[in-house]
Amino acid sequence: MGIGLFDILGPITVGPSSSHTAGAVRLGLVCRRLLGSDVKQAKITFYGSFAETYKGHGTEKAVIGGLLGFLPDNEKIRESLALAEFRGLQYQIFTAEDLRLHPNTVLIEAASKERNLRMMGASVGGGAVCVTEINGMEVEASFEEDTVILFHRDAPGVLAGIAHVLTSCGYNIGNLRLSRTRREGDVITVVETDVPVDEETLERLLEVESVSDAIMIPRF
Amino acid sequence: MDFSSIEYLLDESAKNGLPIGQIVLREEQRESGTSKEAIMERVAHTWQVMKNAANAGIATDMRSVSGLTGGDAAQYYNHLRNHKNLLGSFEAKAVAYALATSGYNAAMGVIAAAPTAGAAGILPGVLIAAQEEYGFSERDAYEALLTAGGIGTAIANRATISGASGGCQAECGTASAMAAAALTEVMGGTPRKCVNAAALALKNCLGLACDPVAGLVEVPCVKRNGVYAVLAITAADMALAGIQSFIPLDEVIDSMYQIGCGMPSCIRETGEGGLAATPTGQTAKRRLT
Repeated sequence: MGIGLFDILGPITVGPSSSHTAGAVRLGLVCRRLLGSDVKQAKITFYGSFAETYKGHGTEKAVIGGLLGFLPDNEKIRESLALAEFRGLQYQIFTAEDLRLHPNTVLIEAASKERNLRMMGASVGGGAVCVTEINGMEVEASFEEDTVILFHRDAPGVLAGIAHVLTSCGYNIGNLRLSRTRREGDVITVVETDVPVDEETLERLLEVESVSDAIMIPRF
Repeated sequence: MDFSSIEYLLDESAKNGLPIGQIVLREEQRESGTSKEAIMERVAHTWQVMKNAANAGIATDMRSVSGLTGGDAAQYYNHLRNHKNLLGSFEAKAVAYALATSGYNAAMGVIAAAPTAGAAGILPGVLIAAQEEYGFSERDAYEALLTAGGIGTAIANRATISGASGGCQAECGTASAMAAAALTEVMGGTPRKCVNAAALALKNCLGLACDPVAGLVEVPCVKRNGVYAVLAITAADMALAGIQSFIPLDEVIDSMYQIGCGMPSCIRETGEGGLAATPTGQTAKRRLT
């Protein structure tokens, strides 16, 4: 895909920096959508340039704004720390060093009432992001297309089952990436589709053997 | 959009007898698969966000998140209201709106990057001031934005618009070129004149370092947006007078890229060299971390 007109006349976002603010909002928002409900606790660790400049760029406000469900162009992000308190989101901010990581990396360890999630991601420029780790497994997802995240076990036929459900429901798979911890261990499969996958199809995906969760994140 | 040559835009524009903006609209339609109406609606929304940011930035005296900057636009606008400005009223308004947008950006206000957040004041500063001063329609403003988008896209595809890759010439230089072309278009210049305006603007930004104090989009970024708005107007005015750039825009873009590649990383958005490395810059950084 070439560059779009609105990559040049845009993105429309809260300032001051597309990488240190807009991208950080997107990472927070992906984390919230993976959790599927209100985030109650979050431990946020910044690396590299994020660690050095987050205070001046409002990167922590951006991540928390995303965790609260704001899109990058929401004026409320400026007030997100106060809103977090109001909405019962407890957070802690840390900085750390790891030279192997992209310079704008954040680790978010979040919890809703129902579950915990550990997500690492990088803001790679112009507001674009790359989620690099979910629950200890390496992934690679930009969320620029409609994306389904599937949690399952490593077993023969699971992938075929997933592909079968999507195809028979009329979805085209644009991209698919799978990562596993070890043989017969946990797997996360990231599937990009051309249009958002509906509820009924997600239900059917959950019926595929060993699939424990299927989360749809529409492109944003 | 995958065009990386300004000559392509000029050829298509001449072949079809259309302004550059219409060629850009056609290209974007092809790329995105959406309708012309949907694209124009987004352009209109972008223009509205630009106006909101410029007005909000003047009306409030918000400080930036770090506290390094704030209040410049209000101060300059006051100067203008008291008729103390040395610049003509058009240029002075452009400075005020550019400072306002950039200041609003630094204070976590909502802006439209053009082409980046750090350079977001230049294009709206020039266009909003021009509309106030010369009274063109919203429709004309959208056309001008499309033209600006075409120039920015060609630079992004042919070189870079990122300060980390090419220094500030890639950000404020591109924004100035976009603003110069947009202004020329809206003032009735031919496509060729728009391109000359962009070339004259970009040529005079070559070599510009990206050396922000403490790595923040504030010093020297906010005031630089004000200064480069005037550079864009100067370039447009020369082009409207018929002055041509000796070096064609495509070649100016190539040289901008070459210069960017040769820049040491300390002046490519790392906050390590240039103004960031001065004693004052270092003191400010220590205070913030």
